[in-house]
Amino acid sequence: MDIELRGITKRFGSLVANDSINLEIKAGEVLGLLGENGAGKSTLMNTLSGLYRPDEGEILIDGKPVYFQDAKDAIRAGIGMVHQHFMLVPVFTVAENVVLGVEPTGALDHLDLSKARKQVRAISAAHGLDVEPDAYIEQIPVGLQQRVEIIKVLFRAAEVIIFDEPTAVLTPQEVEDFFGIVRSLKAAGKALVFITHKLHEVLEVADRINVLRAGKVVGQADPKTATESALAEMMVGREVQFRVAKAPAKPGRALLEVHDLSALDERDEIAVDGASFTVHEGEVVGVAGVQGNGQTELVEALTGLRSMLRGTVSFLGQDITKASARARHTLGISHIPEDRQRDGMVSEFDLAENMVLDSYYQEPFSRGIAMNWAAVRKASVKNVIEFDVRTPSIYALADHLSGGNQQKLIAARELNREVKLLIASQPTRGIDVGSIEYIHKRIIEARDAGVGILVVSTELDEILSLSDRILVMFSGRIVAEYAADKVTLGEIGLSMAGVPTMGALG
Amino acid sequence: MTMAAAAEKRAHDANLDHLKRRQTLTVGWVLIALAIVVALVFGVESGGNATFRLATRTDAFPMPNLAIPAAPYAYVIAVVLAFLGARQFVRGAAKTSSLFFGIGLLLTVTAFLVWATAGKEFSLTGMLQATVIRAVPIALGGLVGTLCERVAVVNIGIEGMLLSGAFTGSIIASVLTPLLGAALGGTAGLIAAIAIGGLMGLLLGALVITFRVDQIIAGVAINLFVLGLTSYVTSQVLTTHHELNNAPIFPAWNIPFLSGIPVIGPMFFQQNLFVYGAAILIASSTYYLFHTRMGLRARAVGEHPEAADTLGINVYRVRYINVMIGGMVAGFAGAWFTLGSVGRFDMNMTNGRGFIGLAAMIFGRWHPVGALAAALVFGFADALQQKLAIVQTPIPSEFLAMAPYIATIVLVAGIVGRARAPAADGKPYVKE
Amino acid sequence: MSEYIKQETVTEQETKLARPSAAGFDVEQLVIVPVLSVVVAMLLGGVVMLLTGVDFTRIGQAYTALFLGAFGSISAISETLTAAAPVTLAALGVALGFRAGLFNIGAEGQMIVGGLASVYVGFAVTGLPIFIHLPLALLTGAVAGALWGALPGWLKAATGAHEVITTIMLNLVAMQLTTYLLRTPLMQRPGRTDAISQNVLPTAQLPKLLDWIDPTLRLNAGILVALAMVGILYWLLFRTTVGFEFRAAGLNPSAARYAGMRSSLITVVVMALAGALAGLAGANQILGVLGRATIGFTAGAGFNGIAVALLGRSHPVGVLLAGILFGALEAGGRQMQVAAGVRIDLISIIQALIIIFVAAPLLMRAAFPWAFRKNLKARG
Repeated sequence: MDIELRGITKRFGSLVANDSINLEIKAGEVLGLLGENGAGKSTLMNTLSGLYRPDEGEILIDGKPVYFQDAKDAIRAGIGMVHQHFMLVPVFTVAENVVLGVEPTGALDHLDLSKARKQVRAISAAHGLDVEPDAYIEQIPVGLQQRVEIIKVLFRAAEVIIFDEPTAVLTPQEVEDFFGIVRSLKAAGKALVFITHKLHEVLEVADRINVLRAGKVVGQADPKTATESALAEMMVGREVQFRVAKAPAKPGRALLEVHDLSALDERDEIAVDGASFTVHEGEVVGVAGVQGNGQTELVEALTGLRSMLRGTVSFLGQDITKASARARHTLGISHIPEDRQRDGMVSEFDLAENMVLDSYYQEPFSRGIAMNWAAVRKASVKNVIEFDVRTPSIYALADHLSGGNQQKLIAARELNREVKLLIASQPTRGIDVGSIEYIHKRIIEARDAGVGILVVSTELDEILSLSDRILVMFSGRIVAEYAADKVTLGEIGLSMAGVPTMGALG
Repeated sequence: MTMAAAAEKRAHDANLDHLKRRQTLTVGWVLIALAIVVALVFGVESGGNATFRLATRTDAFPMPNLAIPAAPYAYVIAVVLAFLGARQFVRGAAKTSSLFFGIGLLLTVTAFLVWATAGKEFSLTGMLQATVIRAVPIALGGLVGTLCERVAVVNIGIEGMLLSGAFTGSIIASVLTPLLGAALGGTAGLIAAIAIGGLMGLLLGALVITFRVDQIIAGVAINLFVLGLTSYVTSQVLTTHHELNNAPIFPAWNIPFLSGIPVIGPMFFQQNLFVYGAAILIASSTYYLFHTRMGLRARAVGEHPEAADTLGINVYRVRYINVMIGGMVAGFAGAWFTLGSVGRFDMNMTNGRGFIGLAAMIFGRWHPVGALAAALVFGFADALQQKLAIVQTPIPSEFLAMAPYIATIVLVAGIVGRARAPAADGKPYVKE
Repeated sequence: MSEYIKQETVTEQETKLARPSAAGFDVEQLVIVPVLSVVVAMLLGGVVMLLTGVDFTRIGQAYTALFLGAFGSISAISETLTAAAPVTLAALGVALGFRAGLFNIGAEGQMIVGGLASVYVGFAVTGLPIFIHLPLALLTGAVAGALWGALPGWLKAATGAHEVITTIMLNLVAMQLTTYLLRTPLMQRPGRTDAISQNVLPTAQLPKLLDWIDPTLRLNAGILVALAMVGILYWLLFRTTVGFEFRAAGLNPSAARYAGMRSSLITVVVMALAGALAGLAGANQILGVLGRATIGFTAGAGFNGIAVALLGRSHPVGVLLAGILFGALEAGGRQMQVAAGVRIDLISIIQALIIIFVAAPLLMRAAFPWAFRKNLKARG
């Protein structure tokens, strides 16, 4: 089955997410769709899979125009999508999730689960996607959950399969397994689309590459001849610096000393397993690792939001293992949270209120219980100007800012105070390139001024460009430590997968 | 896992065990305390026998009265409680802790009952029969709540929906009975009540799904609206036009043979349409939710609406349908208050039963049968309060009336932490 | 030269940024929607009247009587404000809860308990001058309400028990408690067999404000208490650190926790303060209007408080205005019943409709697109 997208345009209010896009997807071929966050890749694929209706343009299957009223139509036409964030019901079993929406039934609408189980096993066997049909989704690991998503799509006789950022949560080994599955699906004659922002992956597995930027197709490439830097340039539209220009670090005394830290996650399983490291004044320590290896819990333990099972944390020689979040904050530990919308700001508060969200109880912003809004106003204005937060007024609601400006707001709040140690979790997730560059610049400036920085990120490029020292986290342990200017991407990738390398620690 | 961390995990798990042990011991102390209370309060004071009549006219064979000497019974129960309490201190008691706690509470209640009835007599079978009757609106209210919350719609408006069903059923039946006779008139009223309930469900759905009003506010608004409307019409029209407030009552239908079984017969097989209807509704709802295709989709919508959406399930439609079905059940349950009970409408006659239904839903863990079990407990407390008020016990009837409410609070506080509502509960679904 | 220009721009920038944004006061949300809601509700009320056999002339009479009974004379205004005071206080209690993300449906029960406590202090404590006795009675009412509110707050913080259920249950318990207490020798008026309390002593009564004009005017100092509480709540919510925490916790509990705010403590404190306000409403009703307690002395003000809080968008000033509106409806409603023979329960219908319309602005926008500039589409 061949697909052609002709002149597809999709608008959300005044934002043009897809602008007259032409695309071809051929059977037995992997099309790589490359673009950074916000380029319009997901929107385009959501349109193809029937979740959105295009404002202009048409979709042709084998040369004939089709119109999808909703996702069901697209599914019936043979288009299947494996989403980035799995669409699985955690409290249902694998079989229930696979058949949901196309369930086998008997009399009186009875749900025929035994038939469902048989069908799941059949597909598993045919494509090497082993998984237990009666297992509950919330109890199986992420790699297996992805297999369930693929089985779901094959169950509906998909001829076109779209993968949206499929390797975001996989270890390098699981990624290799996944590529194997992709190749076997290709051999079975399916048309495959592989959406990603990871250059080396798309070069490895795609047959053709289309690059999207700001809603338009800006270029096509042949993976056999294209280079990473050429592709990156097409993605962002100018020469991209992979490393931020910075002077060598001059580390001072030890700021944060973590010794044998262990912590449990929400399910009472070990998430952090005896982590030990030190962060000094004037250096950036990056923590690399695939999402889900304990980084989140580590940061929560360090910032006082999660209790530790064992181990100690000390700050400038003072034991803060049992200190509250607020106490640590007062000592000079700032934190840029991973999920800014949920943890970093109150969307319905204005910028001024958000600016003092974690310092409102301190002078000069308040005295006793009375707030000093004049002081808040002054500080907010100063921060907004300094960090170039684009807003008509400090009294605009935080909700009205773009993601990048929200992050700059939070960064301004956390950096423009008496900060000695900054813990930044995924500091540039989901924001525009300009804001990313700015925040990176400020982080390096803070480092040069003597602040100790701990950056936890799943974006290797970010880790490589910011860090002076790189730690790799795998299965809750720190498995490797590297000097940033000497390590290679390959070594880090191996460590992330738990493979011991030369430069690694014991 | 490193050795050190493994050791720590063991210590952590041991900590949890320690907590459980503390809980088990606490239960033990509570049981012993209850034993002392039962012995001192129920045992010492009372004289005479508590006589419970078990037989009814329709029994296949006669049952003797249950005459229980009050004081000795109290002492016996106290001893049993003390034994159960002591048992908690023995190793391995943790596993059956909850079970024996429940048994202990049950025994305490029987001790209370015997003490309150000392020197008097009443029909235990009658009280058990009343239990089932009183459980009906609560179980059905809980079912309504379950059907709605399973698709992630919190329905605080059950009270208003019940009231609307009661009101409509009564009025329509009152109007049509002189023309069609009691049977048809009553049935017409029942159908009208179910229809109005469905309409109320549609209203809640529209407010919450289409207009994205906060679910709790929508429920409160519906309650206030129905209360206001029914009260207004009652005071403006019904007080002067009595012929509009004179509805037939559905009679009890004795199921042949089964109704002759002592105690059980009167409880379950000598009831009216509403009791049988409730049983049928609960059974079919359970089948629907857990064994049908539509039920699977409904639950998916409540747990992960986005996933359901991507699979081509119309989230809005599923929610509307389930909320309307819930509304129809509420209409049926509402009709019980008038057509199944007193044959006329009084202002605010539901009097909080809808909210107790919500509580039943929570400790039934969002399962129709669980809600039924909880409703029976409430029904028992309610029937007990009524009986004891007549029998003139030492405890003021107001405190007995408070008992179900306090029980709700205690159980909601104790159980909610462990049970889990459908994951998307309370959140509107916005399609991008 | 260039530096001079740059400085100028920076200061201009500063002034522009610090200008209070007009976006804060959303005319459509805060004025147009409520006004439209009231108008449509009254129209629908008219429809209901038609359907129950009230002809057009009587509807006209009814609404005229409603208006006159609310605002048509000094006596009417006195009645409006007298009715507004307790419902405003109760609504402040509900609104404070809403601001912190808590649904305090228990204002009715808190009001009952506050009233019972204050009536007891009002008649049982003797020998005190008014400037001690009255504040003491009011305070007792507030404290009793605070306890009745703190309990569900604590249960929520400690066990996660949803406050909607627990507060509703406590409402029902409070009602039973009233029936019981008013028949005990502790509270019952000697010589009576019905459930009525002893009379509050003159030293604990809220003084009448307008009786120098006309002794029959009932307006009492309770309205001053209500106004004071409006001011205090405004200051608390928007000018203190405590209020900042309440609002943050209500809008985004995760972020509040991240910022070091202790949500359990906030929950209990907010419910206690909310209960205190509702308890004060009960005290107001007893000490200012009735002078004694009977069954149903709250006249449903606790439940109406929920509607008023919603209508007033949980803002102290909005609540005050909405409270006056509800007081007007009640005072006018009584007149409507007398003059046109339309039962006062009609007012409940109008009030319920107002809530529905105010809570569903999308509904109003869909029905009256000409009144709104921005048009947000409803879904589904």
